[in-house]
Amino acid sequence: MVKPYQELRQIIENKDRGLREKVMSLEEAVGIINDGDHVASGGCHYSRTPMAVIWEIIRQKKKDLVYSRSITSTEGDLLLVGGATKHIVTSWFSPGVTWGVSRVMRHYMQEGLAKFEEWSHMSLGLRYRAGAMGIPFMPTRVMMGSDLYPRLSDIKEMTCPYTGEKLALVPALNPDVAILHTQRCDAYGNVQSEGIPFMDADIAMAANKVIITTERVVSNDQVRRAPDRTTIPFFCVDAVVEVPYGCLPHECYGQYEPDYAHMDTYVKIMMGKGPDGVKEYLDQYVYGPATWNDYLQMMDFKNVLEATTNGRGIYND
Amino acid sequence: MEGGFTMTKTDYNTAELVTVMSARALDDGKIVFGGAGMPLVSCILAQKTHAPTLTILFEGGVIGPFVEAGKLPPSTNEQRCARRANMLLSITDVLLLQQRGYVDYGFLGGAQIDQYGNLNSSFIGNPDKPKVRLPGTGGANDIASLASKILVAMHHEKKRFVEKVDFITTPGYLQGADSREKAGLLVGGVYQVITHLGIFGFDKKTRRMQVEALHPGATLEAVKERTGFELIIPDDLPFTEPPTAEELQILRELDPEKRYTTPKQE
Repeated sequence: MVKPYQELRQIIENKDRGLREKVMSLEEAVGIINDGDHVASGGCHYSRTPMAVIWEIIRQKKKDLVYSRSITSTEGDLLLVGGATKHIVTSWFSPGVTWGVSRVMRHYMQEGLAKFEEWSHMSLGLRYRAGAMGIPFMPTRVMMGSDLYPRLSDIKEMTCPYTGEKLALVPALNPDVAILHTQRCDAYGNVQSEGIPFMDADIAMAANKVIITTERVVSNDQVRRAPDRTTIPFFCVDAVVEVPYGCLPHECYGQYEPDYAHMDTYVKIMMGKGPDGVKEYLDQYVYGPATWNDYLQMMDFKNVLEATTNGRGIYND
Repeated sequence: MEGGFTMTKTDYNTAELVTVMSARALDDGKIVFGGAGMPLVSCILAQKTHAPTLTILFEGGVIGPFVEAGKLPPSTNEQRCARRANMLLSITDVLLLQQRGYVDYGFLGGAQIDQYGNLNSSFIGNPDKPKVRLPGTGGANDIASLASKILVAMHHEKKRFVEKVDFITTPGYLQGADSREKAGLLVGGVYQVITHLGIFGFDKKTRRMQVEALHPGATLEAVKERTGFELIIPDDLPFTEPPTAEELQILRELDPEKRYTTPKQE
């Protein structure tokens, strides 16, 4: 599970870290993901989800991915039914509190068709952070005493050499590929995310490869005018893709709230028909449209406008 | 009758009652992790009544927002949580505030609770062949391991109040007595369980759940009937003060559609 340090270093050593342009198509970017890779997703729940990349992963029929995310929402259903993963590492998995428990998640997990590896929110965050720091584990004071603990093969316990206290050790997580969405990024991969940072920066630093989708590609000059706003440095990043409305039907801070009406429609079909319903949804919304923009054209403009007005409203007062 | 509870005045429902009682448990000047849904409504109600300087944290990465009435965020991770906040920070860092000791209250729910205050939000039935796979811990395990005082708000039903939870997602006092400390959890623990029938605490020594107060209209018989284990019952049992008109008015302005304050269906 935890990579030896030399191996971890070698991957970064081999990476082209020059200040070079990395703008490419969604197809090309997702092409750098291999079957069997551990793919870690940024954002959280239905916020700043790299939905366009999820969409393209399913279209490219990637398989045997391990998918990790702080909290997994509807994109987890899509990846399971789309056949991209049978192993999800997360702290919570369902569309959202008000939408009930995912019938797809229940089907796959109760029937033993996939694995839901459950870590607490913070312990998963500390795993990415240890990965980002280049250390093999992080000590913490959570998870102990719970039944989550014995189900995880790679969590350990130690007695603190300074205080004698009992501590839990969570292993570093260095994903093969990070998939992250942002509001703006330059062609080199300098990311300037706004709003709640979630775990994105740690995931980017921990990962071996990083794909950034962005609402807008901005100039490097614009980045340099406000370098304090840069949240991920260019040399971590391998691909930059401009994808407006790249999270829909999920939200992107300051740009658009979730398309709640589309979420309601999705949840109705998913809860009503289970995996078969999601298959129909994939046929219609993922395999159907020729491009991401064609997918966007299938959204109800009235709903998107409302989501956008509410999203931008964060800056109103 | 609504859920073993005889309404003395039928001007509030059981979910509103739990929300008001939970709000009253939060002291001014403290810091609380507000979970999505009812816990958040309680936190804002507390701010608007007796605790104007109560600071709300969201596990998504938010310190001290002002949430807009009628626009409550349905999760703890979205931009509605961030409105007019003091600070936005990463999920890991906001949760780490607890490890350093800055967080007074964690506010949790769960599918099941047991006599030692352990919560289950992972599996109903055998975890290896579950009858129901639930969504999981989220930040609940972290909060219950580290916040100074844990409040649990739940609808009081026998299937939820069980002798032993099917799975400990979120640690209370584990197997009772000093088992929590022995497991490595040196701080915190469940402070109060607030249901639509009453308020419950834990015996200092055995760490078993005890009745602390009943809500007006609730009876000890109803409590016993709806609890799957033996509760410690003191001789003298006080009643709580019913929700005031002011509390109910603020509550209904916060959640006009009753998305979060509709009674649980049994």
